Amino acid sequence: MSTPEAGKNGARVLTFGEAIREALAEELRRDPTVFVMGEDVAEAGTAFKVLLGLVDEFGPDRVIDSPISEPGITGLGVGAAMTGMRPVIDIMFGDFITLTMDQMVNQAAKIHYMSGGKLKVPMVLRTTMGATRRSAAQHSQSLHAWFSHVPGLKVVVPSTPYDAKGLLKTAIRDDNPVAFFEDKMMYQLKGEVPEEEYTIPFGVADIKRSGSDITIVATSSMVQVSLAAAEKLAEIGIEAEVVDPRTTFPLDKETIIESAKKTSRAIVVDEGYERYGVTAEIASVIADGAFYYLDAPVKRMGAMDVPIPFSPALEDLTVPTADTVMETAKALCGRV
Amino acid sequence: MAKAAKQTKPKTPAKAAGSPDAEEWLTMYQQMARIRAFEDRVNLLYTSAKMPGLAHLYIGEEAIAVGVCSALNADDYITSTHRGHGHCIAKGAAVDLMFAELLGKAAGYCKGKGGSMHIADQDNGNLGANAIVGGSAGIAVGAGFSAQRRGSGQVAVCFFGEGALGQGLIYETMNLAQLWKLPVIFVCENNMYNEYTHFSETTAGQPIDRAHAFGIHTEELDGQDIRLVHETAVRVVERARRGEGPAFLLCHTYRYHGHHVGDINREYYRSKEEERDWVENRDPIALFADWLLAEKLTDRSVLDGIEAEAKDEVERGAQFALDAPYPDPSEVETNVYA
Repeated sequence: MSTPEAGKNGARVLTFGEAIREALAEELRRDPTVFVMGEDVAEAGTAFKVLLGLVDEFGPDRVIDSPISEPGITGLGVGAAMTGMRPVIDIMFGDFITLTMDQMVNQAAKIHYMSGGKLKVPMVLRTTMGATRRSAAQHSQSLHAWFSHVPGLKVVVPSTPYDAKGLLKTAIRDDNPVAFFEDKMMYQLKGEVPEEEYTIPFGVADIKRSGSDITIVATSSMVQVSLAAAEKLAEIGIEAEVVDPRTTFPLDKETIIESAKKTSRAIVVDEGYERYGVTAEIASVIADGAFYYLDAPVKRMGAMDVPIPFSPALEDLTVPTADTVMETAKALCGRV
Repeated sequence: MAKAAKQTKPKTPAKAAGSPDAEEWLTMYQQMARIRAFEDRVNLLYTSAKMPGLAHLYIGEEAIAVGVCSALNADDYITSTHRGHGHCIAKGAAVDLMFAELLGKAAGYCKGKGGSMHIADQDNGNLGANAIVGGSAGIAVGAGFSAQRRGSGQVAVCFFGEGALGQGLIYETMNLAQLWKLPVIFVCENNMYNEYTHFSETTAGQPIDRAHAFGIHTEELDGQDIRLVHETAVRVVERARRGEGPAFLLCHTYRYHGHHVGDINREYYRSKEEERDWVENRDPIALFADWLLAEKLTDRSVLDGIEAEAKDEVERGAQFALDAPYPDPSEVETNVYA
């Protein structure tokens, strides 16, 4: 996961965290209604230091340290968004989105519809996901499926610095509430990020690696895991296609289905809990759209259905790895 | 489609301090009469099976919505509750479009997608009624934050019942509002009952102390006295506009009807004597009329005329809604995303 992406055109290389910071800085500069609010986002630059320096350029009126009040600041974001601002609310750990649920699910997601289209909520909730940081059960979950379930919300799960920057800028400009999940294990991941302005539209999957033998649909850090698995698979003659939806809603069903039709085999890898989750949704999309093309059942790989344990010896067992993805792919291709 | 005259004042400059004149008092009387007539008609629609869903009537509490909203400009914000028809009318909504919303008709404020508990009227600063108890406190504080950052001079009023005192969001947002001196007025309508339970059974200590704990400017008042409510609201709204921060008004009031229209047999949680006492001795409209007449600011025939006019307007509005078409089925999937 720490290997920098291969340079395509000798472009500038940033870490995932730097790409996030640059997206925020550019949007703060471009639009005076944008502000960032959260616990320790200003001088501390967040617990992950991702926002370091933003307050120096934009001041404490736009990069705002808040009390430890996730429902309060999320609610404030909703009201500010309804009245002309574009808030970016920082929820330090994805596990804490449970505290924002009423504001996100009953308020932000529904206000546009309930008002017959008169009110809108252009806000972004930035938060984290991802295990293996030895942070135990309340700081390690990947709960993006929860928001993906709710009509009215959009959900972004970037996998590279390039995607993170382009998608975050799109999220801030979107007129709907957007939940933006950053895998905290990827903040140091390096990749090419051009200096020139760009955005990435929602609902457009990116084929991160082409292949003809098996499709691996993966999200967030699981894209990196799947790319590593694909390299191992290539060594034994299996060419995997890695498809990154980039947003779980809107979901680019067409690209996923086309890839599965082409390869006839598919695995879905996502770090959320396996049951009732993103993998189930995408597997169902493939089953519906590519049924007659499939040579094997669609396989799902998510986090084990257990609270994330603290002990490294246990925690590492709970999430897909390059090895487990490779083994699953091999088995699906009849190469045990 | 017919629209009632806007009742709120024009945009800034802010309403001047000082006691309202006779005409302004009568406008408030008219608003209270409109709310009372509207809610009576809702009751009739509901009990005659013409209205789907739930109806939480505001009858008995009219002085608070009108007293506060008449201290606001049209572009000031309010957030409201499941018992929100009164706030909506007091902030300037047209009763015909409200009835249409209550009946789920396409002409309604929210195209029939919101209903009684979710009417929003953006043009009059109403950011919506909210069916999550205390759920709108974040929105109100966010609107106040936005007003402060945009330098617009607007204030935001958060109406909520005493039942919301059990919700953590109220305290988180009071903390934010006082911390950042946001122009937010928290208006607690203490009608004494959290649904079917007296607030003394759910509320430790004194409600007023909870606002004091944040250092918020706090006033406790008789919510049946519109003059007191209005004059208090004018003071705290001006204070908020000056950048002096939020206020918390604890208004004592009473819900004449049940928690919702279907809550008929209430004796297991409150006595008929108690209900009768409020209706006969503390009715906000009757008390207001008594004062207007004693001060010779009007005479009975004028007040009777206002009430008759309100009933006519409400009847026309209800008829409009009853005759109006339902939304086209294609509407079910529109407005999910902006």
